[in-house]
Amino acid sequence: MAVLVIADHDGAHLRDTTHKTVTAAKALSGEVDVLVYGDGAQGVADAAAKIDGVRKVLLSQSAGLKAEIAEDVAALINGLAGGYDAVAIPASASGKNFAPRVAALLDVSLLSDVIEVVDANTFVRPIYAGNALETVQTSEAKKVLTVRTTAFRAAGEGGSAAVETVAAPAAADGTRFIGEEKVVSDRPELGAAKIVVSGGRALGSAEEFKAVIDPLADKLGAAVGASRAAVDAGYAPNDYQVGQTGKVVAPGLYIAVGISGAIQHLAGMKDSKVIVAINKDPEAPIFSIADYGLVEDYKTAIPALMGALG
Amino acid sequence: MKILVPVKRVLDYNVKVRVKADQSGVDLSNVKMSMNPFDEIAVEEATRLKEKGVATEIVAVSIGPAQAKDTIITALTIGADRGILIQTDVDVEPLAVAKLLKAVVEQENPDLVIMGKQAIDGDNNATGQMLSTLLGWPQATFASKVVVENGEAQVTREVDGGLQTLVVKLPAVVTTDLRLNEPRYASLPNIMKAKKKPLDMKTVADYGVDVTPRLKVVRVTEPPKRGAGVKVKDAAELVASLKSAGVL
Ligand SMILES: Cc1cc2nc3c(=O)[nH]c(=O)nc-3n(C[C@H](O)[C@H](O)[C@H](O)COP(=O)(O)OP(=O)(O)OC[C@H]3O[C@@H](n4cnc5c(N)ncnc54)[C@H](O)[C@@H]3O)c2cc1C
Ligand SMILES: Cc1cc2nc3c(=O)[nH]c(=O)nc-3n(C[C@H](O)[C@H](O)[C@H](O)COP(=O)(O)OP(=O)(O)OC[C@H]3O[C@@H](n4cnc5c(N)ncnc54)[C@H](O)[C@@H]3O)c2cc1C
Repeated sequence: MAVLVIADHDGAHLRDTTHKTVTAAKALSGEVDVLVYGDGAQGVADAAAKIDGVRKVLLSQSAGLKAEIAEDVAALINGLAGGYDAVAIPASASGKNFAPRVAALLDVSLLSDVIEVVDANTFVRPIYAGNALETVQTSEAKKVLTVRTTAFRAAGEGGSAAVETVAAPAAADGTRFIGEEKVVSDRPELGAAKIVVSGGRALGSAEEFKAVIDPLADKLGAAVGASRAAVDAGYAPNDYQVGQTGKVVAPGLYIAVGISGAIQHLAGMKDSKVIVAINKDPEAPIFSIADYGLVEDYKTAIPALMGALG
Repeated sequence: MKILVPVKRVLDYNVKVRVKADQSGVDLSNVKMSMNPFDEIAVEEATRLKEKGVATEIVAVSIGPAQAKDTIITALTIGADRGILIQTDVDVEPLAVAKLLKAVVEQENPDLVIMGKQAIDGDNNATGQMLSTLLGWPQATFASKVVVENGEAQVTREVDGGLQTLVVKLPAVVTTDLRLNEPRYASLPNIMKAKKKPLDMKTVADYGVDVTPRLKVVRVTEPPKRGAGVKVKDAAELVASLKSAGVL
């Protein structure tokens, strides 16, 4: 049984979510290949070849693949699927966009957001915003799974797999890529950061969010996150949203500033190692899961925290 | 232009989830059920397109138990013109939902399907992409803005790292993200009107789709509980605690 892992990268750098997905794949099989799709992604493929335990790397390049057009990516994977018993995809926004297509093309179920591989046919996945864990068993010949990467350790480096080029599929004719607006930042990525500082509705404006949350994050070398309320109100970009319907993070330290702790938010951060909550309401639900709670107005607490950090 | 909006009845997002003691699933007895919030956003978007004169008819479809009629009535209250309920007590998986929706599309011939990106119970985030694949129609998922003109939809999508804009040829499948719009509140006159709108009752057999679950749910359990920790008195004590915990 061989597994095809789909690499997650930003065009130039391989994300460690790929290494984590390789770990999940290794629980299924010793034969793990990695597919890198994009354009100008040779460097990413070379990085993937170094992941410990990878048998070979497949590289496929086209403009549509670079734009992550779901139709193109799914067609590529479908064309390769014959050689594999399972396809494992990091559960990023991009992975969630094309994974169900791969399952539909193969006429099999999608096993989404897998957090544990029990055996080759049995998987655990969160449902209801992580308030329940479902163990499901499949008897289908091929498995298509998306992997919640926060639940797996990253595979190490030290491999030296060969990189093979595979032809790109024909571009989907119903879809045109117009453009993108990516948030550029020198901070670590939300999904990969060791520390995350998140701000909520309490911040009140985009200016205040920047003035309060950003300096604290910079001092800690942290990524910035936000609650849905803060994103909806325009205090922070959509990509910052942590939660059931945003990003799932599990850093070593998560600091929630002016966030109440709705279940939809907790779903995205409750597996963090240490959680700090700063909130002026002692009854805020976030305190029920925080390791360290500070009941104080952020307006005094954050400057004091900046001072104490030196 | 005709728009089809699939709507799902789910546990209300405000209700505390209880896992059944026998680990067979989540307890859905005597709890508040509502329309999946992403589907409300989908119905709202379709309604705005109709109000702008872009759409002429909105059909809401739900697959679920008899009570999913209420979910359709909610859609009719927001602005859908008629409803279809495919009644089943089977726990229909995303691929089978997509096959049923495909059959509905083939009968109704809509120009656009707008649906939620994710149902907040199964959290699969799969059905729209599967439907698009089965129909061979373009997909534009996680939409935060939709502009329909000249037989195309320009869709701004919430992606890793920011936003992406695609143009898809109609007919197409669009799935909604949270920022697309804020659904209106139901007014009493609209609730009264909704109850008079047509609602077709169907069965799975009417569409000839096999909905037998393919995944076997072995068990459903509660996640490990995370307890409350300690309250610190000020920032200095917080920093000291984090240092001794080894995270700073
Ligand atoms: C379908 C659906 C999906 C959702 N998905 C997500 C998701 O993915 N992620 C997410 O985060 N939410 C999500 N939500 C929204 C969620 O239910 C909450 O509404 C949201 O998380 C609240 O954000 P908040 O905590 O910032 O705001 P609030 O709940 O308003 O909390 C603000 C907090 O700030 C505190 N505060 C106010 N002033 C100060 C001050 N000066 N100093 C210190 N503290 C202060 C208050 O005491 C309060 O606790 C979703 C909801 C739905 C329906
Ligand atoms: C009795 C019962 C028991 C269940 N037990 C479980 C369980 O133990 N574990 C579990 O994971 N799930 C359970 N479910 C839910 C069921 O498995 C999911 O409905 C199914 O897997 C679809 O996944 P999703 O809703 O997450 O799809 P998603 O792909 O997240 O849904 C996306 C969108 O598809 C559309 N859609 C999805 N379903 C429907 C529908 N029925 N009608 C109309 N539109 C729809 C909506 O527009 C929705 O926003 C149960 C359901 C029932 C009725």
